Parts: sequence; structure tokens; C-alpha cells
Amino acid sequence: MHATSLIACHECDLVQREPQVPAGGVARCACCEAELYRNQPESLDRSLAYTLAALSLFIVSNTFPIVGLIAQGHLIQTTLYGTVRALYDNDMRLVAGLVFATTILFPAAEIAAMIYLMLPLRLGWVPPWFAQVFRLRQAVRPWGMIEVFMLGIIVALAKLAHIADVVTDAAMWSFFGLIILLAAAAAKFDARVLWVRASLNRA
Amino acid sequence: MLGFCGSAQVLTVPKSATSAASLGLLVCHSCGQLSKAAPGVHEAACSRCGAHLHVRKPNSIARTWAFLIAAMICYIPANVLPVMDTGSLFGSQKDTIMSGVIYLWTSGSWPLALLIFFASITVPALKMAALIFLLLSVQFRSAWRPMARARVYRVVEFVGRWSMLDIFVIGILVALVQFSALATIRPAPGVLAFGAVVVLTMFAALAFDPRLIWDNMRKQNG
Repeated sequence: MHATSLIACHECDLVQREPQVPAGGVARCACCEAELYRNQPESLDRSLAYTLAALSLFIVSNTFPIVGLIAQGHLIQTTLYGTVRALYDNDMRLVAGLVFATTILFPAAEIAAMIYLMLPLRLGWVPPWFAQVFRLRQAVRPWGMIEVFMLGIIVALAKLAHIADVVTDAAMWSFFGLIILLAAAAAKFDARVLWVRASLNRA
Repeated sequence: MLGFCGSAQVLTVPKSATSAASLGLLVCHSCGQLSKAAPGVHEAACSRCGAHLHVRKPNSIARTWAFLIAAMICYIPANVLPVMDTGSLFGSQKDTIMSGVIYLWTSGSWPLALLIFFASITVPALKMAALIFLLLSVQFRSAWRPMARARVYRVVEFVGRWSMLDIFVIGILVALVQFSALATIRPAPGVLAFGAVVVLTMFAALAFDPRLIWDNMRKQNG
């Protein structure tokens, strides 16, 4: 049994030979059509570039206010962390924790893990704890919800537009960019390439 | 007999589709590596990334039911209890998710009303119904359209996160609307129950093993 040339579908467990896919193509399971992998040209370079760009926008998104309200001549603004804080201060600590985890902690962990995995590989060495960090990235992925938060901002703005003047701020636009960059980084991320590079660099 | 696996397209697959489990192979859910399990062993560690391997997610059906029932219980307070408390000079008003939707609808923002209704009420309900359907179909060893059921599972996995929408909206409103005496918005206990529904249904979807759908088909086919 040559385990390297075989692949099993993660959704239906069908064992099949790894199909050859043209650049940009998607390999799908012969049985249930689940996506097995994509053939991404320059996957490592592109994914790393998008992730580094996402990191800079993630910092901007977290430091600047997202939106503000003007009423009776006062301007009230909030940052991402400000929403967590507001929930926490209103005795909603579990909900505050949930918002903190899904919009700050897990996305940060995902970005950090991807840079930790890819940057040293790109420079030709394998970072320590490679496997553990890889698994961490896979585990936190479903729980990062920045794009849902973005829609939440838009809905909140639409609700408030009736009662007060609404001003959008720097972080609002960097959020838009962050979502696009994170999606691009994840789309170009190819776990198979990563493991091949890791084993080549170790050898 | 039944051509559910389109084996004609893939020459490498034997006529009767072979699952990794039946070959004694374990697939890593984290990195995709196939590992050979010692005979009779159902668990191991991935040889490449060290993740815990198992033939099928352990106690998948029981764990999915547990999360699902917990989610269904929380769904009631999530919809009955107020999620938001708006205070102003003229008194305070408590809103449930549904009353918020109705308010948006009557005040003319019907696209917003539809969006919140869909994300907060329809999606969690449909998601729970879909998981009940998937669980029962697996438990009764149904052979009914596995491809359709696999698609249902993919949709459930994909849409679950969008139910967090209302929690984020309330968080932003609470942070912004703090004009002390004039108007303040505070979160109300329903938010906690609603957050629990979202997290529990996501755990339920993660606990369900879609390979169980296909296991029944292959057993019946010999």
C-alpha cells in the first residue's frame, strides 16, 4: 500500500488515487464531490503575501474606531475591543467572551499561525512545533467570524441611521480589506504544499 | 447495483467503492495524511502532524444529539426572552429578536428585517431540523439520496456562523448608544441564550461525522 499516492475523502472516506489537476483546478471526490484539494500555482508565496497584508490590516482594524454616532453635538465612537468591553461592562461576560474569541482571538491566532508556518518555510527552514501550530490553525479556523461581524456593523449602522448621524471611521474600511485578504490567503493556502516543503526542508 | 459513486469516471476506484476504514486506513482530519492502522486498532496519532486519528468521530451520533438537544432547549429562551433593553427619557422598552424584526418591518426597513429574520430565526431552526434529519437518516440506515444529504451537511456547516449576526449587532449598538440620560441600549438575558444556540449548533455540526451517511450505503451494497 503506497499511502503517499492515495487520498481518502474527508467527507465520505472513499479511497482514491490523487488525481492530477491543472493549475487553478480543483480535485473533487469521485463519490461525493467534496473538494479534496486545489492546485494553486505559487500557493506558498501568494498565501504568505496575503496573510502578511492581512496582519497589517488586522492591526489597523483593531486600533482605530470602526463607527461613531453624532447626537446632540457629541461624538461617540467604538473600536472592535470597545464592543467587547461594552458587553462585559453590562454583565454579559460570556457573550463578551464569545465576541472577543470570534472576532479578535481566533482570527489573530489564525493569522499568526499561518505566518509562523509559511514565513520560515519560505526562507528554507522548518520552525519548531510545526505540526502543533498547523493543527492549531486548523482547529481555530471555523471560529473566526470577522465577515459576520462586518455584516453586523452594516446592520447596526442601518438601524442607527434613523435616530442619529452616523460616521464611519478608518477601521470600517480596513475591515473590508481584511475580509478580502483573509479569504484570499485561505483560498491560496495549500496544506499539501506546506507538508511537502516541510519534509524537503527537513531532509 | 446502485450507481451512487460514479465509479465510471474514476478508473482507479474499484467497482465497489472502497472506504479508508475498510482498508484499515485512517485519514487525518487535520492534514489529510493517510495512516495504516494496526489490525483491530481504531485510534492512532497521525504520523505526519500528530493529530488524534480515529476511524469515525467517536460517539458522533450521541454527541451530536447532546449538542443538538441542548441547542433546542436554548432556542426557546433565545426567542422568548428580550435580547435588548432600550432606555430613554420616556421609559424603557424591551425587545426580543422577533419584536426587533417586526419593528424594522413596520418602520420600512424590510430588507434589514428579512436579513435579521433569516439569520437569527430561520437559519438556527433550519440548521437544527437538518441535523435531526441527518441523524435520523443515519440511525435508521437510510439509503435515501446520500448525495443530497451530503449537500445538506455542507450547507449546515457553511451557514451556521452567520447566526452570530444579531449578537454582533447588539454588541455594536450597546457600545454606541450610551447617551446616559437620553438613550441607552443594554443587552438583555436573551443574548446569552441566543449565543448558546449558535455555539451549540456549531458544536453539533462539528460532532456529526458525514462519513456515516456513506457507510450505510456501502454496507448495503456489499
